[in-house]
Amino acid sequence: MINYSYTILIPLIPFIVFLFTGLTGHRMKPVVSGIIGSAGLGIAAILSYYTAWQYFWHSHVAGSAYVPVKAFEVTWLRLNENLVINLGSLLDPISVMMLIVITTVSLMVHIYSIGYMKGERGYHRFFSFLSLFSFSMLGLVLATNIFQMYIFWELVGVSSFLLIGFYYEKPSAVAASKKAFIVTRFADLGFLIGILMLSFTTKTFDFISLTSPGGPAIASAGGATFLGFSVLVWSLIFIFMGGAGKSAMFPLHIWLPDAMEGPTPVSALIHAATMVVAGVYLVARLFPVFALGAPDALHVVAWVGGFSSLFAAVIACTQTDIKRVLAYSTMSQIGYMMLALGVSGYGGHEGLGFMASNWHLFTHAFFKSLLFLGAGAVIHAVHSNDMRDMGGLRKYLPVTHITFLIACFAIAGVPGFSGFFSKDEILSAAFEHNRVLFFIEYAVAGITAFYMFRLYYNIFWAKETHYHHTPHEAPYIMTIPLMILAFGSVFAGYLPFSHLVTSDGLPFAAHINWSVAIPSIIIALAGIGVATFMYMKTNGLPDKIANAIPHFYKWAYHKFYFDEIYLFVTKKIIFRYISTPIAWFDRHIVDGTMNGIAGLTQLTSNSIKDFQSGRLQQYGFVFVSGAVALALIFIFLW
Amino acid sequence: MNILSLFVLIPLLTIVGIVFTRNTKQTRLVSAVGMGIQLIMAGILIFMYLAERKAGNTAEMLFSFDALWFPTLNIHYSVGVDGISVAMIALTAIVVFAGIFASWTVDYLSKEFFISLILLASGVFGFFISLDLFTMFLFYELAVIPMYLLIGLWGSGPKEYSAMKLTLMLMAGSALLLVGLLGIYFNSAPGGGQLTFNIQEISKIQIPIEMQRFLFPFAFIGFGVLGALFPFHTWSPDGHASAPTAVSMLHAGVLMKLGGYGAFRVAIYLMPEAAHEQAWIFIILTSISVVYGAFGAIVQKDLKYINAYSSVSHCGLVLFAVLMMNQTAMNGAVIQMISHGLMTALFFALIGMIYGRTHTRMIQEMGGLMKVIPFLGVVYVIAGLASLGLPGLSGFVAEMTIFVGAFQHTDTFHRVVTIVATSSIVITAVYILRVVGILLLGPIKNDHYLQLTDAVWYEKLSTITLVISIAAIGLAPLWLSDMINVSLWPMVQRIAGNGLAGLL
Amino acid sequence: MIQGIPLYYFLVVSTLMFFIGIFGFLTRKNLITMLMSIELILNSVNINFVVFNKYLYPQNLQGHFFSIIVIAVAAAEAAVGIAIIINIYRNFRSIDVENVDQMKN
Repeated sequence: MINYSYTILIPLIPFIVFLFTGLTGHRMKPVVSGIIGSAGLGIAAILSYYTAWQYFWHSHVAGSAYVPVKAFEVTWLRLNENLVINLGSLLDPISVMMLIVITTVSLMVHIYSIGYMKGERGYHRFFSFLSLFSFSMLGLVLATNIFQMYIFWELVGVSSFLLIGFYYEKPSAVAASKKAFIVTRFADLGFLIGILMLSFTTKTFDFISLTSPGGPAIASAGGATFLGFSVLVWSLIFIFMGGAGKSAMFPLHIWLPDAMEGPTPVSALIHAATMVVAGVYLVARLFPVFALGAPDALHVVAWVGGFSSLFAAVIACTQTDIKRVLAYSTMSQIGYMMLALGVSGYGGHEGLGFMASNWHLFTHAFFKSLLFLGAGAVIHAVHSNDMRDMGGLRKYLPVTHITFLIACFAIAGVPGFSGFFSKDEILSAAFEHNRVLFFIEYAVAGITAFYMFRLYYNIFWAKETHYHHTPHEAPYIMTIPLMILAFGSVFAGYLPFSHLVTSDGLPFAAHINWSVAIPSIIIALAGIGVATFMYMKTNGLPDKIANAIPHFYKWAYHKFYFDEIYLFVTKKIIFRYISTPIAWFDRHIVDGTMNGIAGLTQLTSNSIKDFQSGRLQQYGFVFVSGAVALALIFIFLW
Repeated sequence: MNILSLFVLIPLLTIVGIVFTRNTKQTRLVSAVGMGIQLIMAGILIFMYLAERKAGNTAEMLFSFDALWFPTLNIHYSVGVDGISVAMIALTAIVVFAGIFASWTVDYLSKEFFISLILLASGVFGFFISLDLFTMFLFYELAVIPMYLLIGLWGSGPKEYSAMKLTLMLMAGSALLLVGLLGIYFNSAPGGGQLTFNIQEISKIQIPIEMQRFLFPFAFIGFGVLGALFPFHTWSPDGHASAPTAVSMLHAGVLMKLGGYGAFRVAIYLMPEAAHEQAWIFIILTSISVVYGAFGAIVQKDLKYINAYSSVSHCGLVLFAVLMMNQTAMNGAVIQMISHGLMTALFFALIGMIYGRTHTRMIQEMGGLMKVIPFLGVVYVIAGLASLGLPGLSGFVAEMTIFVGAFQHTDTFHRVVTIVATSSIVITAVYILRVVGILLLGPIKNDHYLQLTDAVWYEKLSTITLVISIAAIGLAPLWLSDMINVSLWPMVQRIAGNGLAGLL
Repeated sequence: MIQGIPLYYFLVVSTLMFFIGIFGFLTRKNLITMLMSIELILNSVNINFVVFNKYLYPQNLQGHFFSIIVIAVAAAEAAVGIAIIINIYRNFRSIDVENVDQMKN
């Protein structure tokens, strides 16, 4: 056995960096905190690569299954004799893959931010939060048990909150961070209830024993039922609720577009590549339980994912804020991943969806963070988020332009780029298991290609707007991460994923299913073609189409009014119809009763206090009459 | 000299010392030194306790000392501690220490102020070390009475009304409690023989079940009033809003914990059968407390009111967990008491400091304070995050232990109320973020605030003490949890008959 | 034993004095008059003491002593009472009992 206990350093280094820059950052030159942060992440990244090399190639006997390795574990809290919360690191294919994704993207974002955040107030705060986030996310993926995951899940949520609200003097950023936190917190409530239910039936939090095919979780599948589903299915649905919240699945997606209020590198790191895929990772982590014990819960995952991907893609076509387009695109792509998990089986080629989902997660991390960082470079150049303020930027921002185009090809699924391979596997898996979802995903593939190129053309082609000052290309410190990520966006598709990350750890042979791939290529190209036709040169066509379907366009433009529904629920129902009455009830009924008792006492004493009038002669009179009365009683009645 | 008696003696000596001081400066110094020694003593006590346990001392109560005090009624001065009391003593020492520094600027009748404050503290310390119900009650009253003066004299707003309300409600509670305690006393020797107030002796006998049924509500509600049991919680918002900073800290941080501590050490421990029978009523009331307090906090406009309602919610969770009557949940209850004590004290300290600068507690009138008073702002956010149960801070440990423990019951009723109680974590997030959003973030609403200065050394000392304690529990909860577990084990065995031997 | 005067004559006189005193105490508004009424009551009691002693227990002297004590106390009381009345007059500018029904000022 190889000793992997050094992996605990991977999350710990960012944590130490967080404490260090957080406590002493205001005393150092801003750029120093950025360099410290990047260096910390660099070390973590090197350790991750080393771990991956050791885990996948060095210590592995070819052809055998990859087994989970518990590299390190300490007891953090003992709840009762069975339920113990440990902290540690668990290595298995998906966690190692996530280590690579997180450290790579995070390192790129750190380096990029050194340039992007230059001159911002709170520079060191930004970097210490980034490190906090990296720590939490790494702790999350390394979790050895579901409670450790929950712990880091919450930490991830709070670092996301802190980073979205980075510009805390801007009311919209504050509102967005609040919304993100509360919506995901609500989802986490489901996660917590799910954990309670699952741990009650299985008497363990540990992932290895939970997911082992003969383990207590899967054995409990035939237990008592409630509304037609077993307790296991319910607990998994609740857990998935947590995942859906973090991963912005319908209907808990509303926080994601608003989260774009945060600085763009944050969106690239948290809201594109890492945190939002935590939900996918959660389902993948518990995948054997889902697949073997609760296929019904898996159906829920598939349909929620499929619907979200379509829903988000439609909205993305109408948005004009480039970061929001990317946000909806993220939601749509995560829908893909969820769907792939949902249609997957367990073991061998049956587990194609599992493999495809993780693969897509991997490739998506590269091209989506690239898109965001590219968008950041564009925003950096023109100081606006709105695509109507852009156009013709390809001349001014050559590097950004090329890398952005590569990412667009990757996400659209153009052959040769990474997105093509992973998306094709997802479509094949869907094709084999669920035809309805399969056709939805075909449609989504086309829409994706369309809106991505709509974005691309609107930024880099179309009519040049009048700029206040000539946009200029970002400095090297920002463009080099773009190039590295562009490299990843192309070549991540050539990794032998089906030999590395599979549902049961055993490698299997996956190949491109051309009967699925060719139509999808045609659809993607058609989407690109339509976008080219409509947006490459500014013309009246988009408006005409929008006017042809005015209601639908308006609905999509307003994101199907989901924000309004949530506002209604929170402002109206919770504030006005629950909290205000409760506060009133407390002040007037409960407290009123207490005051009423006090009042009653006062009333009683008021009514008898007149006996004590202070009038001497009244006292004398009462005294004498009393004496006389007593005398009479004693004389006559005794 | 018994080490535990020192915990009452040191505050009394400090009071004597204060009497001889000449000005505010000396008074502050004497109080700070006295309570500093007390804090160190608490630290020593923890180490001594752990060392004793490690050495294999399995007695239920350690460092015990017993002296007959009033022979006619067999009242003893009897002290002793287990892991739970040690933890509570440590909490009290920390909060009192922080409270002294938070009231550094009191200059109106400062001598009398510190005397009352420390008198209150000595009552609390005495309560936690007592093993004799009568002495316990005595110390309990000693803690409640100075509160009236502290709020009535040094408070703000409608202070006379609040002081009167708080004192009267707590007195009504102690009247109920007295009935319960005397009832226990007169039934403490069912087979004839010497009646006793000693908790350990009573725990060995069984009070007749009919008497238990009658006495349990008295004892539980008596303590419950102090623990903000719905619907007897309304002294809390008014009382806390009017009280001066240190008093709010001590009251919410420590005094409310006497309720939770007494509820299980006296009411449930001594009358387990009735507790089992009647738990459901109180479980419903406490789950109402939990959710209702949280919802109530959402729409409040005054910072102190928000925190008072939040205390109702969190203390409701303490009683809720106590009533679950299993090891995990009760352990969670104790951790929650400590955690809530620390973070609510931190909150009140911060509110006092912010109020001292802005001269308003209405959140709508403030905004963007993070920019001008970053230290206080950051600490406020930390306190808020602890309150909403962020891992790494104490609230999370407590809440999760309670929820997991409560969920171990196999019947639907307990499960459903547990899920109702868990929903509070979302509502808590709503009101905490609302306050943080309005108070600290956003643009600065009033130009006058631009001149505000950030925390000075005594404020930093006060808040950092609390923050470190919160983080220490949150990051490494195992030693605390184990210390409590060992002591809970015999109690739970008696209460539920199913303690968890495997843990030890 | 006073020749030819039966006991009840004295008792009638003292009872009359007593009730005149009570009547005066309850009806007069002037504090001085009230004080005088109290003197009447006390003196009626004195008569009773002396008379009962003389008629029923001639060999004892307690009744006389009691009346002497009462007289002494009454003197002291009158002095204190008048002092209070003077103070009341200073404060209220009146010695009407109706006006003096509040302890606090």
